[in-house]
Amino acid sequence: MYRIVKKEKLANDVVRFDVKAPLVSRRAKAGQFVIIRVSEKGERIPLTISDYNTSEGIISLVAMRVGKTTALLSTLNEGDEIIDLVGPLGKESEIGKFGTVVCVGGGVGIAPVMPIAKELKKKENYIISILGARDKDHLILVPEMEKISDELYLCSDDGSIGFHGFVSDFLKELLEEKVLEGREKSNFASSGTKNENINNINNGNINRVIAIGPAPMMYAVSKVTRPYGIKTIVSLNSIMVDGTGMCGTCRVEVGGKTRFVCVDGPEFDGHEVDFDLLLARQKAYHQEERLSMELYEEKCRCGQEKALW
Amino acid sequence: MAGNKSSDKKKIPRTKMPEQDPKERIKNFDEVALGYREEDALKESLRCLQCKKPRCIEGCPVGIDIKSFIRLISERKFDEALEKIREKNSLPAICGRVCPQEDQCEKECILGIKDEPVAIGRLERFVADRKLDRDFGSEPNFESNSNSESSGLGKEGSGKGSSIDSLSRVAVIGSGPAGLTCAGELARMGYKVTIFEALHKPGGVLVYGIPEFRLPKRIVEKEIEFVKSLGVEIKVNMVVGKIFTIDDLLNSGYRSVFIATGAGLPYFMNIPGENLNGVYSANEYLTRSNLMKAYLFPEWDTPIKKGKRVAVIGGGNVAMDSARTAKRLGAEHVYLIYRRSEKEMPARIEEVGHAKEEGIEFVLLANPVEIIGKDGWVDKIRCIKMELGEPDESGRRRPIPVKGSEFDIDVDVVVVAIGQGPNPLLTSTVPDLKLKKSGNIEADLETCKTSKKGVFAGGDIVTGAATVILAMGAGKKAARAIDEYIRTGVW
Repeated sequence: MYRIVKKEKLANDVVRFDVKAPLVSRRAKAGQFVIIRVSEKGERIPLTISDYNTSEGIISLVAMRVGKTTALLSTLNEGDEIIDLVGPLGKESEIGKFGTVVCVGGGVGIAPVMPIAKELKKKENYIISILGARDKDHLILVPEMEKISDELYLCSDDGSIGFHGFVSDFLKELLEEKVLEGREKSNFASSGTKNENINNINNGNINRVIAIGPAPMMYAVSKVTRPYGIKTIVSLNSIMVDGTGMCGTCRVEVGGKTRFVCVDGPEFDGHEVDFDLLLARQKAYHQEERLSMELYEEKCRCGQEKALW
Repeated sequence: MAGNKSSDKKKIPRTKMPEQDPKERIKNFDEVALGYREEDALKESLRCLQCKKPRCIEGCPVGIDIKSFIRLISERKFDEALEKIREKNSLPAICGRVCPQEDQCEKECILGIKDEPVAIGRLERFVADRKLDRDFGSEPNFESNSNSESSGLGKEGSGKGSSIDSLSRVAVIGSGPAGLTCAGELARMGYKVTIFEALHKPGGVLVYGIPEFRLPKRIVEKEIEFVKSLGVEIKVNMVVGKIFTIDDLLNSGYRSVFIATGAGLPYFMNIPGENLNGVYSANEYLTRSNLMKAYLFPEWDTPIKKGKRVAVIGGGNVAMDSARTAKRLGAEHVYLIYRRSEKEMPARIEEVGHAKEEGIEFVLLANPVEIIGKDGWVDKIRCIKMELGEPDESGRRRPIPVKGSEFDIDVDVVVVAIGQGPNPLLTSTVPDLKLKKSGNIEADLETCKTSKKGVFAGGDIVTGAATVILAMGAGKKAARAIDEYIRTGVW
C-alpha cells in the first residue's frame, strides 16, 4: 500500500497527491511515470511523476477527474492508501544543454512538464514556458513554473487569463517574433536559401520544444514547429495495461515504426509521431469508459459509494 | 485390490473426467474439466501396473515418483500421495491441469502401447485439489501479500532452517512457474527467499495468461499460499530493472539472483492494419480478461472489446485460449486462422478438441496478409491460402503461399497469437549478462548459470515460450545449483 501524505486541490477536478513511495522516489527521473490501481476491481492507469523527493521518499502525482478511476482517486484523502503503485516506468527525458528550450504545458500536462523544465534549468538552459488551460481556474502550478522559467506566458481558451487562444497559437506567434528578431540579428535575411536561413535563426534562438498535454495539443504544437525544424519532444498518453512492454496496447507509430509508449517512450519526436493513430487508439474504449463513469456516478448519487470499496 | 492381476487391470478402461457441456460452458468462464471424484480416482489408480521399472517417471521433467503416489491413492492414502508429489513438485494442482502429460509421463506409460495410458495428470490434480479445498477453505486469503515499499529491499530476515546461514538470502525475479518453484525449493532448504513480481498479483503466466476455464485462479492463489507457507516472501509491484537493478540486489545482501521473467514480449505479424483498434496481441487480450477480469466488466473496471466476429491468428495453446475466451465473451463466430494444417498445430490435442467442441471455426492453411479497417476499427482480415512444402528445421512441412488466392473474412476483433519473445526490460539493464541473438538469456540448461556471477536464469526467458512444467523443471535445477553455489562459493 502507498500512503497519501498530502492532498492538494490545484484546480477544479485537478488534484495533486504526495505519495509515500521511497524506492520509486529514489529512482524516479523527469519524464517517467507510474501505474496505479485504486480499488480491488480497478483498472491500471498510468500517471506521470510530477515531482519526487528522495530524502523524504515521496513522489507527486497530478490527476484530473476524467473517468471512474480518476474519480475514485480524487475521493482519497491524506492518510488513505493507493493499493497498487508501480514504477518508475518508461524512459527518462533527455536532459542536455540545448540552449533555449520552450516548455509547453496544456491542462494537467503542465504537471509532467515541471520536472523536465526543472532539470533543464539545472543544466543552464534558458527556459521559456507557455502554459495553457481552458480558463484561469484550470491553470495549474503557475507559481512553481514561474520559479523555474526565465520567461513565462499564460494562455486560456476563453481569454480569462493571458493570451486568448491555444498554446500552439501563442507558440506560433512567439516563433514568428523570434524569427524576425533572428533575421534582424543575423542579417541573413537576404542571402542564402530559405532552409539555411531557418537553421541559422534556430541556432540563435529556440533549440528545442517540449510539449505535454492532450494529444490534439501536442499534435498542434508539432505542426507549428515543423516548418522551423525545431526538435519537438512530446510525451504520449496512450492507454496502458501492464506498462512493461508485455501487452502492446500502448503501441503508436513513430517514423513509420511501431513503438510501445510504455517502454520505448513516453517521449518521442513530435514530428515523427502518427497523431491520427494515437487519437484513434485513445478512443478505443470511449463507450466503456462512459458506461463505467455513468454507473459510478449513479452509485454515488444513491449514496453507495462506500460499497465500491 | 492387491489380488488384481495385471491382465485384469488392463481391461479397466481409462476413467473419463466429467466436463461441463460445451453448449453451457461457452456461456461462462468456469472450469471446463471438473476433476475426478474419489471413486473415479480409486478406479483409475487401480489401472496402474506398478511397473518394476516405471518409465513414466523418466517422462516427468521434475521426476515425480508417479508409481508411488498412484499406489498411495489406491490405498486411499491421499495425503501421503500428495506428499509424495510435493517432494518433487510444489504446484501439483496446476501441473495436473496444464501439463502436456500426453507428451511426458503418460506417453511413457506401458498401458499406452496397446490401450490408453493411466490418467496420471488427472490423478495428480485429484489429490492436490482435495488437500487445497480442505486446508485453505474455498476462499483464498491474499491479505498477506507484501505490497508495501516500507520494508525496502527487506534487509532483515532470518533463515528458516538451521543448517544454513541466516544471511543466505536469495532474490527471485518473476513469480511464474519457474520463480515459484525455485523459491519453494530454496525455502525448503532453509534459504530466505524474496520473489519480486512486476504485476500487482503474483503467479505470472498462471494468472495473466492461462484462462480461468482452464486453470481457476483460486487454485493458483492456493498454490501460491502454499509456497508462501514455506517461508517465501512475495513483493508485488516491483519491476526489477526499473526500481532497482540486479547489482543493487547483490550489493544489498542477496547472495544470488534467479531470473525467471518469462516470455513477456508479444510478437506481431508486421502486416498493414495491425495497429487498428480491435487488434490485440494475445498477451493483451488474455491479460485484460484473466488478470484484469475484463469479462466481468463493468463490475470490474478494465474493458475488453466483445467482438461478434473474432479472428485469432496462430495454432498454439495461447491461440486456443484466446479463441475460447472470445467465444465466452459472446462472439458469434470465432475463426482460428493457422498457416499449416491441424496436424502441425503446436497446441495440446485436448485443447484443440475443446476448441472444436465449443464451435471455434478453424481456417487452416491460411495466413493473414492485411487487416483492413473502417473508421479506425478492424473490418476485415485478408488472408492468403497456403500449401505445405518440404519439412523445415522444425520437422514440420513448410507453408508456402498460393499466388492469387487471397480471400477476406469479415471480423471486428483480431487477436494475434503467433508467439511471445523475451521481454528486454530487465535484461537491457544488466550489461554483463550475455544474451542470445533472440534476446533470451544465455544460461546453462543444467545449472541455470548465466555469464554473470551469482545470477541464474531459467524458464521461458532462457528457452523461449515453452510449458509450465519445463519452467518448473528449470526452477528446480536452479535451486539445486544456487544452493551449491552459496555453500561452496564456487562459480
